[in-house]
Amino acid sequence: MNNEIILTKIQEEIQSNPVLLFMKGTDQFPQCGFSSVVVQILKTLSVPFKTIDVLADPAIRQGIKDFSSWPTIPQLYIKGEFIGGCDIVREMHQAGELEALLKDKGLVG
Amino acid sequence: MPMPASEIQQLIEEAIPGAQVRLEDLAGDNDHYVAHVASSVFEGMSRIQQHQLVYDALGGRVGGQLHALSVKTTILKNNQ
Repeated sequence: MNNEIILTKIQEEIQSNPVLLFMKGTDQFPQCGFSSVVVQILKTLSVPFKTIDVLADPAIRQGIKDFSSWPTIPQLYIKGEFIGGCDIVREMHQAGELEALLKDKGLVG
Repeated sequence: MPMPASEIQQLIEEAIPGAQVRLEDLAGDNDHYVAHVASSVFEGMSRIQQHQLVYDALGGRVGGQLHALSVKTTILKNNQ
């Protein structure tokens, strides 16, 4: 699949899913410790989210790294904005910033 | 091929002059690190921008040659 098509596809997913996690594996069966940490945090916050398994599609796996200019997976997007990977999400969660952001965007009660 | 901590530290220090860098080897295999980086240059930057600076210092190795690098950044105030 050519690069532009993939980037467009990624853009569409990001625009149409308010909380979107690019991860290794699925939320039921994470295939990587870092991805699993982010899934757990999102579940703790009871926010509805969608996941995309980059292991299922090598084009997406590379495409999302190009799209975000970020070399690793997982990658969390909230309302179309790149939030970060496991380290940043964990730091924000511990500081209460993640919940505040989600409330601010109307994604949690 | 895994990377030695000293090389990672040097690359970060070269890219971010004056930064205080400490590397932790999580698994003892030279392939899963935590980089603690403190610098005044991070002031005013978002977390993503700060981490991006550290990733850029490693010139594309992260995610490839270097399998996993966790980054923890701290802002150094100028009088520290």
